[in-house]
Amino acid sequence: MHLKKNRTIFSRRLDSPVVATNGGSVIKAKSRWQIGPHGTRSFSFIAVERLALPAHTLSPRSRSLATLTDDPHQLFKYDLNPDVSQVLFFWISISALLTSLDGKCYYRNGQESITISGAYFGDFDLPRRWDLPSDFRLSPICCSRPFQTRGRILRQISSFLLLFNFSLEEAYEALRTFEVLGIEKTAELSKAICKSVLGTLESSSSTPKDLFHALGVNGILKCSSKEETFEGIISSLQAVVRDANSLLDFYYSIGSLRLIKDQTSKTDLHLSDAEGTFRSIKALSQSDGRWRYSSNNPESSTFAAGIALEALSGVVSLASSEIDQFMIGAVKNDIVKLFDSIEKYDDGTFYFDEKLVNMREQQGPLATTSSVVRGLTAFSSVITESLNLPGDKILGIAKFFLGIGIPGDTKNFFDQVDLLACLENNRQVKVNTVLGSHAPPLTVTLVRAFSSSARDNSIIENQELKFDPQDAVYFLDDLPASFDVGEYIFVFKMLVQDSEQQTVYATGTLTQVPIYVTGLIKIENAKIAVLDSDLGSVETQKKLDLAGESTVSVSANHLQKLRLSFQMSTPLGNAFKPHQDFLGLVEKFFYLSGRYDIQLTVGDAVMENSLLREIGYVELDLPEPPENASRPPPQPVDPYTRYGPKAEITHIFRAPEKRPPEELSLAFLVLTILPLFGFIIGLLRLGVNLKNFPTSAVPATFAVIFHLGIAAVLLLYVLFWLKLDLFTTLKTLCFLGVFLMVVGHRTLSHLASASAKLKSA
Amino acid sequence: MARSTGKDAQALFHSLRSAYAATPTTLKIIDLYVGFAVFTALIQVVYMAIVGSFPFNSFLSGVLSCVGTAVLAVCLRIQVNKDNKEFKDLPPERAFADFVLCNLVLHLVIMNFLG
Repeated sequence: MHLKKNRTIFSRRLDSPVVATNGGSVIKAKSRWQIGPHGTRSFSFIAVERLALPAHTLSPRSRSLATLTDDPHQLFKYDLNPDVSQVLFFWISISALLTSLDGKCYYRNGQESITISGAYFGDFDLPRRWDLPSDFRLSPICCSRPFQTRGRILRQISSFLLLFNFSLEEAYEALRTFEVLGIEKTAELSKAICKSVLGTLESSSSTPKDLFHALGVNGILKCSSKEETFEGIISSLQAVVRDANSLLDFYYSIGSLRLIKDQTSKTDLHLSDAEGTFRSIKALSQSDGRWRYSSNNPESSTFAAGIALEALSGVVSLASSEIDQFMIGAVKNDIVKLFDSIEKYDDGTFYFDEKLVNMREQQGPLATTSSVVRGLTAFSSVITESLNLPGDKILGIAKFFLGIGIPGDTKNFFDQVDLLACLENNRQVKVNTVLGSHAPPLTVTLVRAFSSSARDNSIIENQELKFDPQDAVYFLDDLPASFDVGEYIFVFKMLVQDSEQQTVYATGTLTQVPIYVTGLIKIENAKIAVLDSDLGSVETQKKLDLAGESTVSVSANHLQKLRLSFQMSTPLGNAFKPHQDFLGLVEKFFYLSGRYDIQLTVGDAVMENSLLREIGYVELDLPEPPENASRPPPQPVDPYTRYGPKAEITHIFRAPEKRPPEELSLAFLVLTILPLFGFIIGLLRLGVNLKNFPTSAVPATFAVIFHLGIAAVLLLYVLFWLKLDLFTTLKTLCFLGVFLMVVGHRTLSHLASASAKLKSA
Repeated sequence: MARSTGKDAQALFHSLRSAYAATPTTLKIIDLYVGFAVFTALIQVVYMAIVGSFPFNSFLSGVLSCVGTAVLAVCLRIQVNKDNKEFKDLPPERAFADFVLCNLVLHLVIMNFLG
């Protein structure tokens, strides 16, 4: 772990002691810090190395550290070399604080987020000042209930207490934080701290600053102390007050005296010259409300103003007689002027910041604001009449502190906590008090609730919210039925019921809270219509079913208009105009006819069922593009697709024709054969005979073969029709034909000669 | 008038009938064959008229075979008819042989076209 310049502990506290062990062992530890999701910050503890080395083997520098092991009281006097590049952490037997601590982080809207758990050391790489960007404050980190991360706080604070390299100032801050948050301190820690407190109180060389912090710790821990120690301190402090001429001296000494007065219940402790002290402190003030640190130093700061106010209040409380009212009035004027220098962020939070940049120690706005408010509260508690401070600025300051979240720096954290405690005691900001304690009986009235669009009509007026004691929240019992969906702004006003407490508490006026009332929006009567542009009459109209999945196809040409209409109604039946509704088509038509998809988008913040739907298709028939119309951009040609294989074409076979029923075909077949029979019967009736058939053997044979040959040819033809192809048929036919020719010639010539013989005979 | 027309038609029909009875038998056989062929063609046309001409080639081949064979038979009758002076020297067997040969060729073509 590296020692950085802007480390909280070591950069400012060059005299910080280092931690001791109880056995001479050295622990080398590394820790890491990171920003988790949503801006949450988490600690992590990466590696620990325990070097079981006896003390004498260490290097001279570390040996000198280790020689302090046996005497924890020596802790607070050791000077740490600031150039140490590596810090050595040592185990201490107070390991109870290292057990697992769980913390939860809450988002601004109340949701729980990640849990941080485990045993860690604190990490000191966080930015010391409140210099994170402004939009960090608007991120949904845990900030509305900032004190839920108890584990984390405990870890952070107890870790450096654990290291025992704290000064009393840090101990005071840590313990005050614990006190405000209500975190228990362990007994060993208290004991150890008390020891150091007593040591400081008893030593004669303690500075007023040490005394101041020691007394502060004493007040919290209530370490028992002897009367004699206080006596000695009182006299030395009174001497300091008399001789002091710087603001810080005044502050610490007066503060110590005041703490002693509170702790020892000595009522007769007074400042010897209260008026003179008051005047000398006041002399350091400037006209613009700020204070100088000393008369020699011309620089002034707002932080110093806070310190001065606290010191003045101490003077007043320690004064034996009344301070002159004129002087108190002068101080009040200074406070008013100081408030004029308040700065604000855009979201209504106020803070104090330093104007000059060449200060010795530049305090951040957090420290500055907290010191100012501390001074204010201290001052207002001692003067008799109340300070009239602008309530909205106090609110703004409180919002600033609530909006910070958990600062990384323990000092800042202390400032935050302390300030909020001050505010708690003096002012009340929200329905729950700033720290979440129970609110006194209040009436919270919902003054107005109006919709954001119609700011004049308020729907609810002056409704009292009921208080639920168990949850300590105020709720509005019955929302009137006319509360429709939409965006509303609720304006709250809180009044304290008890009149006597009105002076104690200041209530924020008229807080505005935007509220979205969401609900289901019904969409009815959706129609898509194609209109003839000249007449405006509806040509085709189709009902759309937006809840269902049906698509609609509509055709139109360039002379017609397309109109889509639907009605949206809230659950209560009022007309509703959605925040966003879009009907989508393609951007540019390029005069291409064809089919276009239609999309409908309807959305709004308060609509729970916003929709984005494909409605259907519109067939557009567009005319021919004119001469100079822009062509559609050429499709990007991929060189691989141009010469590659094209889409496969599957042949679609011709659908077979319808055939007649089979019975009809068979009937006609029979019918076609019938004339043959008719022919044969006719032949018989004609008296056909076979008398001319040759009777002698050879011609008869040939005659028979002739007839058979003809029959064979016909049979060949039948075969050809059934299964043969033409070539075999022709081949066979050649042979048969030649054969038939020969036979036929023989037969017929025989017949011819026979008939010629008959004719001549 | 109608009666005379009717009587004339009847007289004409009777004379045709008697004249036809005088034709030799062979010619009557050929006439019968021609009638048979034409009749078959007619039946095929009627069938086509009923069911449509989807396999048109089949229809054509069927009709054409009938008509072709009828035409060849008519040629045979002309050549065989003794009263015909042109073909006096042609022996009827030769005519018949031509008839058979032409029929066979015709039917080859028909079978091919039939599909």
